[in-house]
Amino acid sequence: MTDIAVPTHEPKPGEHGWTQTGVSNEKLGMWVFLGSECLLFGGLISTYLLYKNTAVKGPVPHQLYDIPFTSVSSFVLLMSSMTMVLALSALQRDDHQRCRLWLVTTALLGATFISGQVYEFTSFVKEGMGYTTNTASSAFYTLTGFHGVHVSLGIVMLMSLFMMSLRGRLPKERSEVVEIVGLYWHFVDVVWILIFTVVYLIP
Amino acid sequence: MAIIEAPGSAPLALPSGGTIAPGQALGVFSRPGQTKGWRSWITSVDHKRVGVMYGAAAILFFLIGGIEALLIRLQLAHANGTVLNASQYNQVFTMHGITMIFLVVMPLGAAFMNYLMPLQVGARDVAFPRLNAFSFWCFLFGGLFLNSSWFLGGAPDGGWFAYAPNTNPIFSPSHGMDFYALGLLITGIASTVGAINLVVTVINLRAPGMTLFKMPVFTWMGFVTQLLLVFAMPVITVALFLLLFDRQFGANFFEVQAGADPLLWQHLFWLFGHPEVYILILPAFGIVSEIIPVFSRKPIFGYPFMVVSGIAIGFMGWGVWAHHMFASGVGPISVAAFSVSTMFIAVPTGVKILNWIATMYGGRLWWTTAMKFAVGLVAMFTIGGLSGVTHAVSPSDLQQTDTYYIVAHFHYVIFGGALLGFFGGLYYWWPKAFGYKLSEKLGNWHFWLILIGMNLTFGPMHVVGLEGQPRRTYTYAKGYGIDTWNLIETIGAFIIAISVAIFLVNVVYSRVAAKRDGTVVGPDPWDARSIEWATPNPTPSHNFDTVPFVTHLDDWWHQKYGEDEKGRPVRIAKTEDVIQKGDPTGVHLPSPSYWPIVIAASLPLIGYGIIFNLGFAAVGAFVLFLGVYGLGLEPSTDPDAGHDDHGGHGHDEDHGGDGDGHAEAELEAGDAPTPEEVTAGD
Amino acid sequence: MSMMTAHEVDEERHSHPSDAQYIAIAAILAVITAAEVSVYYINFFKDSFIATVAALIPMMIAKFALVAAFFMHLRFDNKLFRAVFLTGIILAVTVYMVVLFTFHVFAH
Repeated sequence: MTDIAVPTHEPKPGEHGWTQTGVSNEKLGMWVFLGSECLLFGGLISTYLLYKNTAVKGPVPHQLYDIPFTSVSSFVLLMSSMTMVLALSALQRDDHQRCRLWLVTTALLGATFISGQVYEFTSFVKEGMGYTTNTASSAFYTLTGFHGVHVSLGIVMLMSLFMMSLRGRLPKERSEVVEIVGLYWHFVDVVWILIFTVVYLIP
Repeated sequence: MAIIEAPGSAPLALPSGGTIAPGQALGVFSRPGQTKGWRSWITSVDHKRVGVMYGAAAILFFLIGGIEALLIRLQLAHANGTVLNASQYNQVFTMHGITMIFLVVMPLGAAFMNYLMPLQVGARDVAFPRLNAFSFWCFLFGGLFLNSSWFLGGAPDGGWFAYAPNTNPIFSPSHGMDFYALGLLITGIASTVGAINLVVTVINLRAPGMTLFKMPVFTWMGFVTQLLLVFAMPVITVALFLLLFDRQFGANFFEVQAGADPLLWQHLFWLFGHPEVYILILPAFGIVSEIIPVFSRKPIFGYPFMVVSGIAIGFMGWGVWAHHMFASGVGPISVAAFSVSTMFIAVPTGVKILNWIATMYGGRLWWTTAMKFAVGLVAMFTIGGLSGVTHAVSPSDLQQTDTYYIVAHFHYVIFGGALLGFFGGLYYWWPKAFGYKLSEKLGNWHFWLILIGMNLTFGPMHVVGLEGQPRRTYTYAKGYGIDTWNLIETIGAFIIAISVAIFLVNVVYSRVAAKRDGTVVGPDPWDARSIEWATPNPTPSHNFDTVPFVTHLDDWWHQKYGEDEKGRPVRIAKTEDVIQKGDPTGVHLPSPSYWPIVIAASLPLIGYGIIFNLGFAAVGAFVLFLGVYGLGLEPSTDPDAGHDDHGGHGHDEDHGGDGDGHAEAELEAGDAPTPEEVTAGD
Repeated sequence: MSMMTAHEVDEERHSHPSDAQYIAIAAILAVITAAEVSVYYINFFKDSFIATVAALIPMMIAKFALVAAFFMHLRFDNKLFRAVFLTGIILAVTVYMVVLFTFHVFAH
């Protein structure tokens, strides 16, 4: 965090948009927020790890996981990160049509993931593992539920961007907005990378 | 930008909304333009007004928490007290703790940090001015929400650290602990958003030349505090959600018979709680680090050590949390490790104390009220710090746990440390904010009474604690030899109450006197060192006429003083010649907004909804949704606002780092925590 | 005015990967995911918890790092962002590992 020289071009110190480091407030704010989120998901994952083997009655998540199904939905979320970054790249090329296409694709992939989660939860409940069944189930649903809420909010943001773009309010010069939403989206994706391994794959 | 030019469809209308001005394509409310009256305050995004409101609200809560403290002391004044019954006592001591920590000391720190950090780094405002206003309203409504529990079936009664399983519905059947969880989640959103805001402000909006190691110590300590908040708040957020889900939805996180381990709560709570301790004290450390050099007429001794020790405290604060849990059976390795790390954290704290003393050594001391409070902090905090070291020794801690000795310790550090520092800061910066000084004569009474009062109240607690009086017990029997001490403590508490009353009288009296006599304080009344004093008093809404170019640590001092050949300071410029004139020509500030208060108001609604009736929550969520979009789509600067009419104090317009084209980005960056943390709960 | 001048945006784009590179990264991610899932089914790993963890954790970290470095541009962007994010990650991993250690979660 050393001081980077004042940019030679506008804006000048004291004007809108000038920053000491040359990076925008919004982007830095998002990164600080994501740093903060690490501790949130860390706490939820730790809670799950603590409780995954402490249930006094079953069924517990590990007996019910459908790994092929979850692998597919993990893959879907992973690919949504690629489409997100392609949307940004398209906007930076001033290709609005392509940008909107990728934004919608990303949102749809996210929605697919969420649908998969809803399906997974329903089938778990049908098999007798409700939210209150045992410690492991409470921890599992809370962790994946928090993640799901994050994905859903991401979808809302993506659709807002899409609407803005349709109404001509997302010019190339504002591509940073897409980048910032993208940061959030990728973060949610990397959290799922952790959850997929730590919660689903490791016995 | 495009967002303004777009021909809007008909704007959304809120039933409660203000008038819809024609030509405002994307506003729901007409853009507020008041510069006076209550509306100018609730819509203000000026970091100085937000800071003042933080302070005012915190003092209001301080009175509430103080009344709770007096009730506790009345109950314990004699053996077998009957002022409160056991249940009431549980609620009163719990709310006393919650109020004083989350609604008094944290927001008082926030008041100073909001007001001063942008000024001290030479900025026009914080990075996200509207989010700053949102943080304040969110804190205020969260605090009111918590206190409303008194009238809605009973206040929280599980202690401020709410140990599981004592907080489950069997042991705590009222809605109190739900109010606790939801109220702290709401104030937690305020803290997180505010912290992100100020971290970005310090990193990005420092004036040219203001390198990190030219920042005043107060800004440094504020920066460390905000970083601690950024990383500590999510931990308690997790804990509070788990508690809430246990109580509301029957989850099993702290249900022992379901195989849960209640120690999880203790770990999560103290993982937040210990950084929290430094969140409470570091702003006060920063304040005295400003006051002592100014009134010793010397630069701070060992500036780099002051800064680095502050960073070290912030860093090590993450490695000591289990010292709150020595008695909980965490195991010998943990106890040994945390015992050692706790002793180590005394080192940077000691460095600070020695540096303050060394700053005063050989200085020309000017015993203003602010200086007295600052020195009071150094003395009282040292006592509290030393009793803290005795807790680090785990065998001794096992004797002290849950006795009044612990109560004595943390009151010496939080009351004798943080609060004395904040009072000092109020006396020191009052002319900066309001343009007149507080009466030194009344201030003198205030200081000496509070010092005597606090030592009478908390000093004997060491003794009765070591004699075995348990904390959180609503009464005690005669004949344990603690009756007299307890009576003395109660008398001390009332002396503190008198001193606080004197402070309030001082605020009113000084204002009336200043108005009557027309005595306005000139610029730079204390001949101070840091650049916030380079602006007129009270600070004009645009802060600096021209953005300062900083060349020195204590830049303002160096504008006024040079050195002669013997290294003694000599005047090189008159204050009148170097002070900024308060001329806002060419300054363009972002406009006030209704949205921050609208969004913040939705959160308690959601809270009530979760406790009582999900219908409220639905309304709250709807308002939240509208509010977030309203804020996001509203240009942060009113395109119709004039560019040159920003003169005078109290004018409400302001500036942020974001250009008008970035309103949406601001929404995404800063508001993301708001909806998810809330919707996840219902 | 916007935060970034056109000049700056251009500069940034040049330093960022091309679309083809993004797709290549995604392909690598897909391959690693496939490898992860296969670890779950291979008998060798089923017998040994340690082997499973030893195989899965590095792959998880690799995926995490790829997304953060390329999709989130940490490799190319201001070092400040990396510092902030790494602080959060390292702090979270450290403190929560200590918490789990005190519960003997790792005493398999």
